Amino acid sequence: MSIYIRSAACISPQNTFGPPDAARDERSPGESSSAPAPAHWPFPDSSPVEYIGSRLKCIEPDYKPLLDPKLLRRMSRIIRMGAAAGLACLREAAVKEPDAIVTGTAYGCLEDTGLFLTGLIERKEEMLQPAPFIQSTHNTVGAQIALMLQCTRYNNTFVHRGFSFENALLDALMLLQDGEAATVLTGGVDETTDISHELLTRFGLYRRRPVSNLDLFTGRVKGTIAGEGTAFFLLACQPSDHDYARLDGISTLYKPESIADIEQYIQTFLGAHAVDPDTIDMVITGHNGDSRSDDIYRQLASGSNPVSVLFRDRPVIPYKHLCGEYPTSTAFALWMAAQRIRSGGGRILIYNHYLGLHHSLLLLSSTQNQPDHVAE
Amino acid sequence: MSKWSPVAVAGAGLISSIGNDINACLSALANGQAGMDEITWLDTAHRHRIPVAEVKCSNARLAELAGVPAGSSPGASSFSRTALLSLIAAREALEKAAIPNFTALRTGIVSANTVGGMDRTENFFIHPRRGKLRDVVQHECGYSTEWVADRLGIRHFQTTISTACSSSANAIGFGARLIRHGLLDVVVAGGTDALTRFTLNGFNALMILDAGYCKPFDNDRQGLNLGEGAGYLVLVSDSVAASLPSGVCCTVSGYANANDAWHQTASSPDGRGSWLAMSTAIERSGLQPADIDYINLHGTGTQNNDLAEGTAIRRLFDPVYPKMSSTKSFTGHTLGASGGIEAVLSVLAIQHGIVYPNLRWHTPMPELPFSPVTTFLKDQPIRHVLSNSFGFGGNCSSLVFSISE
Repeated sequence: MSIYIRSAACISPQNTFGPPDAARDERSPGESSSAPAPAHWPFPDSSPVEYIGSRLKCIEPDYKPLLDPKLLRRMSRIIRMGAAAGLACLREAAVKEPDAIVTGTAYGCLEDTGLFLTGLIERKEEMLQPAPFIQSTHNTVGAQIALMLQCTRYNNTFVHRGFSFENALLDALMLLQDGEAATVLTGGVDETTDISHELLTRFGLYRRRPVSNLDLFTGRVKGTIAGEGTAFFLLACQPSDHDYARLDGISTLYKPESIADIEQYIQTFLGAHAVDPDTIDMVITGHNGDSRSDDIYRQLASGSNPVSVLFRDRPVIPYKHLCGEYPTSTAFALWMAAQRIRSGGGRILIYNHYLGLHHSLLLLSSTQNQPDHVAE
Repeated sequence: MSKWSPVAVAGAGLISSIGNDINACLSALANGQAGMDEITWLDTAHRHRIPVAEVKCSNARLAELAGVPAGSSPGASSFSRTALLSLIAAREALEKAAIPNFTALRTGIVSANTVGGMDRTENFFIHPRRGKLRDVVQHECGYSTEWVADRLGIRHFQTTISTACSSSANAIGFGARLIRHGLLDVVVAGGTDALTRFTLNGFNALMILDAGYCKPFDNDRQGLNLGEGAGYLVLVSDSVAASLPSGVCCTVSGYANANDAWHQTASSPDGRGSWLAMSTAIERSGLQPADIDYINLHGTGTQNNDLAEGTAIRRLFDPVYPKMSSTKSFTGHTLGASGGIEAVLSVLAIQHGIVYPNLRWHTPMPELPFSPVTTFLKDQPIRHVLSNSFGFGGNCSSLVFSISE
């Protein structure tokens, strides 16, 4: 059965968040600006935001039109971003209350966790305020959205590293397929804090020297850039007049042993969805500018099998120079793909891997395309 | 609302403050031996002040029980207790299930926890700039899930759910749905949580910890005791169930997840989320409330939870109440593990025809027309059990377990 992306909202290090329809108007096709946009920026009417360093921070919107100021004051950054994106998504879809809310977050509410931890160490476990503890639980974003909507329906939160968002999507798909929900609000959200950035730097994840995000793919260098963000989607089992795209498939692969395993995985996925690689117009990949990590994409493109041909002959568009690397970055990739399909149609395959451990595929198509007959 | 097709439970595994495996836990339950005590293993300023229900083992002993060879990553001395507890209970569950041809099947794990490797992270945080990285590598909730999956040869699907105190009930519900969708043949589902200074101080700051041993559903209840442990079920497809030499334990016949949408931590006075979860789970199992023989209560022992849960039970069951008890009076509140531990106890109630006592219950709550079971009951015809798990963020989940037809 087909699943439709009825609306999408994204807060990221780029200017991705706006009032409903503003984004649509800005990017009317065929009106590209005279200045050539940098490579890999998918929206011809604007330019990507440049960052120098190893950390991309979200451009936060004015939350007042979306969030009650009384609640807003108490919310940490990740909760504000997640709740605002979730609510904006519902507003765009004109859905008051979804039948389910499913969230993916690998790290959860790091800022509140850090606050409470630091407090308990500094004050030797005495005289602690409970507020950061209360808001540190991983389900806080989904719970706050439910609270604001007074939505008593299904509510779940997946916290599985580089699969958190994919698992949330799978849950949403199953709810829609089962008829337990006609609409599901689902999203991914993760934040970087000073502490988490410093820590992950110690693990050797990031560039040692400042780099421009727009220059991320130049040269063979170790280390990527840190990112964060949130993207929410209103998924529906029925089409509407203004869907972004159809979500045709989702799959995860844990810890493959070889490139051949990954090739086999991608072929099996395409086969299961009866997709001829020739019908895929674009591949969005999780290149992150770390030579160790990007080698996987390079090797996939260098063989002679259908997957290699796909990764070599189709436009291959990275996205992590825009949002940075983080475990739920595929939510950003899905947002980008959905925007792209709405304005230009076609069919997009997203392939990402996180730290070489978590590999995932997302397939989406224009709603103008006829759905393939899929063996369920 | 359509009826669920039941999903078979092939095995169960458990570790908690009352025992390191199912048999030990069952004998403590039969003898009325609770797991609360003075704090022994957790290094905290609250030792001697706040009782907790610790698993009665050092980390080194747990590593031994888990069969983790010394020297394996990330170093035997620095394993997170969360991961060790998880491996012990998940392995027992798989051993009990004794699934033929396990390696040829599509296998998955759905584990739950609330604070991941926080027991190590809080050591790291004492000096975050120079703390040992091996202490923080286990921080993410998903870490222990993969660590356990790798050691048990669970290859095809791994995920972790975190919805506060309802986490592992949702893990079992999600695991059952993966089987129903034909995505996997075998799913190990449940949850784990270790005691940490983080959670102990969090609940202490919320002022909902009982300075004595908790008294769920007693009018004189003063709060909860924190505990730790892990509990897992092995859920299997019908074809795997048919291949089991000694048959299945019972089935997951119903599951529902709802949200109270009332307050970030407190339950609504009428327990609307609890009511929705219970009534929907029973409806999906194709049963009537009167068919439920035993309710394993969420029953934390806080003023707020027990009143909200009790009020929702009255609305759903009045005037005929099934037997019920809170086994948190034995195990303490094990947070992300509680739904898994209590699911295992629910399965055992059906398998052995037993009902557990609600310890330390003396005075009825004037708001409620029912009272919990206070003695260990044997030879009970237990066909259908309802297990409740409610948490912060309004997350309310209920599971129904039924005798296998």
